[in-house]
Amino acid sequence: MVKQYETVFIMTPVLSDEQIKEAVKKYQSLLTESGAEIVYENNWGMRKLAYPIQKKSTGFYYLIEFKAEGDVIATLETAYKRDEKLLRFLTVSLDKHAIAYNEKKRSGGLRKQQEAAQAKIEELAQ
Amino acid sequence: MANETEIKYLTPIAVETQRKKYCRFKKSGIKYIDYKDADFLLKFVNEQGKILPRRLTGTSNKYQKKVSQAVKRARHLALMPYVADLLK
Repeated sequence: MVKQYETVFIMTPVLSDEQIKEAVKKYQSLLTESGAEIVYENNWGMRKLAYPIQKKSTGFYYLIEFKAEGDVIATLETAYKRDEKLLRFLTVSLDKHAIAYNEKKRSGGLRKQQEAAQAKIEELAQ
Repeated sequence: MANETEIKYLTPIAVETQRKKYCRFKKSGIKYIDYKDADFLLKFVNEQGKILPRRLTGTSNKYQKKVSQAVKRARHLALMPYVADLLK
Protein backbone atom coordinates (compact mmCIF):
# COMPACT_ATOMS: atom_id res chain seq x y z
CA MET A 1 0.00 0.00 0.00
CA VAL A 2 1.35 3.39 -0.91
CA LYS A 3 1.45 5.79 2.01
CA GLN A 4 2.71 9.28 2.45
CA TYR A 5 5.73 9.77 4.69
CA GLU A 6 7.78 12.63 5.93
CA THR A 7 11.42 12.40 6.88
CA VAL A 8 13.69 14.94 8.54
CA PHE A 9 17.40 14.46 8.99
CA ILE A 10 20.05 16.54 10.71
CA MET A 11 23.56 16.63 9.29
CA THR A 12 26.72 17.73 11.06
CA PRO A 13 27.63 21.41 10.61
CA VAL A 14 31.25 20.58 9.74
CA LEU A 15 30.35 19.67 6.15
CA SER A 16 30.90 22.04 3.27
CA ASP A 17 27.96 23.20 1.15
CA GLU A 18 28.89 20.78 -1.60
CA GLN A 19 29.08 17.81 0.72
CA ILE A 20 25.65 18.69 2.06
CA LYS A 21 24.22 18.96 -1.45
CA GLU A 22 25.79 15.64 -2.33
CA ALA A 23 24.33 13.90 0.71
CA VAL A 24 20.88 15.34 0.06
CA LYS A 25 21.08 14.21 -3.55
CA LYS A 26 22.09 10.72 -2.42
CA TYR A 27 18.93 10.36 -0.34
CA GLN A 28 16.75 11.84 -3.07
CA SER A 29 18.06 9.36 -5.62
CA LEU A 30 17.80 6.53 -3.10
CA LEU A 31 14.14 7.35 -2.65
CA THR A 32 13.31 7.75 -6.32
CA GLU A 33 15.24 4.62 -7.30
CA SER A 34 13.35 2.51 -4.80
CA GLY A 35 10.07 3.67 -6.32
CA ALA A 36 9.12 6.56 -4.08
CA GLU A 37 7.60 9.74 -5.39
CA ILE A 38 8.95 12.89 -3.76
CA VAL A 39 6.08 15.27 -3.03
CA TYR A 40 7.84 18.12 -1.30
CA GLU A 41 11.25 19.10 -0.03
CA ASN A 42 12.28 21.80 2.36
CA ASN A 43 15.73 22.93 3.27
CA TRP A 44 15.59 24.35 6.79
CA GLY A 45 19.28 25.12 6.63
CA MET A 46 21.53 25.60 9.61
CA ARG A 47 19.66 25.65 12.90
CA LYS A 48 20.64 25.80 16.51
CA LEU A 49 20.00 22.54 18.34
CA ALA A 50 18.02 22.67 21.57
CA TYR A 51 20.69 20.50 23.19
CA PRO A 52 24.11 19.34 21.98
CA ILE A 53 24.25 16.14 19.90
CA GLN A 54 27.69 14.54 19.45
CA LYS A 55 29.13 17.74 20.93
CA LYS A 56 27.68 19.83 18.08
CA SER A 57 25.42 22.75 18.89
CA THR A 58 24.14 23.41 15.36
CA GLY A 59 22.87 21.16 12.63
CA PHE A 60 21.79 21.22 9.03
CA TYR A 61 18.12 20.23 8.73
CA TYR A 62 16.50 18.82 5.62
CA LEU A 63 12.93 17.61 5.16
CA ILE A 64 11.57 15.33 2.43
CA GLU A 65 7.93 14.38 2.01
CA PHE A 66 7.30 11.39 -0.22
CA LYS A 67 4.83 8.71 -1.24
CA ALA A 68 6.12 5.17 -1.05
CA GLU A 69 5.53 1.55 -0.19
CA GLY A 70 6.28 0.62 3.39
CA ASP A 71 9.42 -1.39 2.68
CA VAL A 72 11.19 1.68 1.30
CA ILE A 73 11.38 3.04 4.85
CA ALA A 74 13.59 0.18 6.00
CA THR A 75 16.12 0.75 3.22
CA LEU A 76 16.07 4.49 3.85
CA GLU A 77 16.64 4.09 7.57
CA THR A 78 19.48 1.59 7.16
CA ALA A 79 21.12 4.11 4.83
CA TYR A 80 20.63 6.75 7.53
CA LYS A 81 22.14 4.54 10.20
CA ARG A 82 25.21 3.83 8.09
CA ASP A 83 25.81 7.50 7.44
CA GLU A 84 28.17 9.05 9.96
CA LYS A 85 27.41 12.56 8.70
CA LEU A 86 23.93 12.39 10.19
CA LEU A 87 23.28 13.45 13.75
CA ARG A 88 19.59 12.52 13.86
CA PHE A 89 16.75 11.44 11.64
CA LEU A 90 13.02 10.98 12.01
CA THR A 91 10.58 9.36 9.61
CA VAL A 92 6.87 9.52 10.27
CA SER A 93 3.89 8.35 8.26
CA LEU A 94 1.30 11.03 7.60
CA ASP A 95 -2.41 10.52 8.14
CA LYS A 96 -5.03 12.40 6.13
CA HIS A 97 -5.12 15.31 8.58
CA ALA A 98 -1.36 15.68 8.43
CA ILE A 99 -1.39 15.69 4.63
CA ALA A 100 -4.13 18.31 4.62
CA TYR A 101 -2.22 20.38 7.17
CA ASN A 102 1.01 20.23 5.18
CA GLU A 103 -0.71 21.20 1.96
CA LYS A 104 -2.47 24.10 3.65
CA LYS A 105 0.78 25.23 5.23
CA ARG A 106 2.51 25.12 1.89
CA SER A 107 -0.12 27.10 0.05
CA GLY A 108 -0.50 29.49 2.97
CA GLY A 109 3.24 29.95 3.19
CA LEU A 110 3.34 30.60 -0.51
CA ARG A 111 0.65 33.22 -0.20
CA LYS A 112 2.57 34.96 2.54
CA GLN A 113 5.71 34.96 0.44
CA GLN A 114 3.78 36.35 -2.49
CA GLU A 115 2.32 39.05 -0.31
CA ALA A 116 5.75 39.95 0.99
CA ALA A 117 7.08 40.07 -2.54
CA GLN A 118 4.13 42.22 -3.62
CA ALA A 119 4.69 44.60 -0.71
CA LYS A 120 8.33 44.92 -1.64
CA ILE A 121 7.46 45.72 -5.25
CA GLU A 122 5.01 48.38 -4.14
CA GLU A 123 7.56 49.80 -1.74
CA LEU A 124 10.09 50.07 -4.53
CA ALA A 125 7.56 51.67 -6.86
CA GLN A 126 6.81 54.46 -4.44
CA MET B 1 -15.72 57.23 63.37
CA ALA B 2 -12.04 57.15 62.53
CA ASN B 3 -11.02 53.67 63.61
CA GLU B 4 -13.91 51.70 62.29
CA THR B 5 -12.94 48.04 61.90
CA GLU B 6 -15.48 47.05 59.35
CA ILE B 7 -14.10 47.25 55.82
CA LYS B 8 -16.43 48.15 53.05
CA TYR B 9 -15.66 47.50 49.43
CA LEU B 10 -16.96 49.61 46.60
CA THR B 11 -16.78 46.66 44.26
CA PRO B 12 -17.18 43.06 45.37
CA ILE B 13 -13.90 41.21 45.99
CA ALA B 14 -12.77 39.09 43.11
CA VAL B 15 -13.27 35.57 44.37
CA GLU B 16 -11.52 33.13 42.14
CA THR B 17 -14.24 31.39 40.26
CA GLN B 18 -13.13 28.42 38.25
CA ARG B 19 -13.72 28.91 34.62
CA LYS B 20 -14.90 25.97 32.62
CA LYS B 21 -11.95 24.27 30.95
CA TYR B 22 -12.15 23.40 27.29
CA CYS B 23 -10.06 21.61 24.74
CA ARG B 24 -8.54 24.17 22.44
CA PHE B 25 -8.13 21.67 19.61
CA LYS B 26 -11.76 20.67 19.64
CA LYS B 27 -12.86 24.28 19.90
CA SER B 28 -10.75 25.61 17.05
CA GLY B 29 -10.97 22.49 14.91
CA ILE B 30 -7.28 21.62 14.77
CA LYS B 31 -6.92 18.04 13.59
CA TYR B 32 -3.17 17.64 13.33
CA ILE B 33 -0.50 18.82 15.73
CA ASP B 34 2.75 19.58 13.98
CA TYR B 35 5.93 18.47 15.73
CA LYS B 36 7.94 20.94 13.64
CA ASP B 37 6.18 23.92 15.18
CA ALA B 38 8.19 24.17 18.40
CA ASP B 39 6.84 27.62 19.31
CA PHE B 40 3.31 26.26 19.44
CA LEU B 41 4.31 23.19 21.45
CA LEU B 42 5.92 25.43 24.07
CA LYS B 43 2.41 26.16 25.32
CA PHE B 44 2.10 22.58 26.49
CA VAL B 45 5.28 22.30 28.53
CA ASN B 46 6.34 23.94 31.77
CA GLU B 47 9.56 25.91 32.14
CA GLN B 48 11.49 22.71 32.79
CA GLY B 49 10.33 21.37 29.45
CA LYS B 50 7.95 18.81 30.98
CA ILE B 51 4.62 18.15 29.30
CA LEU B 52 1.77 19.77 31.22
CA PRO B 53 -1.03 17.51 32.46
CA ARG B 54 -4.50 17.55 31.02
CA ARG B 55 -5.97 18.89 34.24
CA LEU B 56 -4.06 22.13 33.72
CA THR B 57 -4.41 22.67 29.99
CA GLY B 58 -7.91 21.23 29.60
CA THR B 59 -6.93 19.31 26.48
CA SER B 60 -9.13 16.32 25.70
CA ASN B 61 -7.62 12.86 25.96
CA LYS B 62 -7.62 12.39 22.20
CA TYR B 63 -5.51 15.48 21.60
CA GLN B 64 -3.35 15.13 24.69
CA LYS B 65 -1.97 11.93 23.19
CA LYS B 66 -1.18 13.80 19.98
CA VAL B 67 0.39 16.70 21.87
CA SER B 68 2.66 14.38 23.82
CA GLN B 69 3.63 12.51 20.65
CA ALA B 70 4.44 15.80 18.91
CA VAL B 71 6.49 17.09 21.86
CA LYS B 72 8.47 13.85 21.96
CA ARG B 73 9.18 14.04 18.24
CA ALA B 74 10.27 17.66 18.56
CA ARG B 75 12.62 16.67 21.38
CA HIS B 76 14.16 13.92 19.29
CA LEU B 77 14.92 16.38 16.49
CA ALA B 78 16.44 18.85 18.98
CA LEU B 79 13.73 21.41 18.28
CA MET B 80 12.82 21.32 21.98
CA PRO B 81 14.96 20.39 24.97
CA TYR B 82 14.50 17.21 26.96
CA VAL B 83 15.50 19.03 30.11
CA ALA B 84 15.79 22.75 30.70
CA ASP B 85 15.39 25.34 33.33
CA LEU B 86 13.91 28.73 32.63
CA LEU B 87 12.53 27.77 29.26
CA LYS B 88 10.08 30.65 29.41
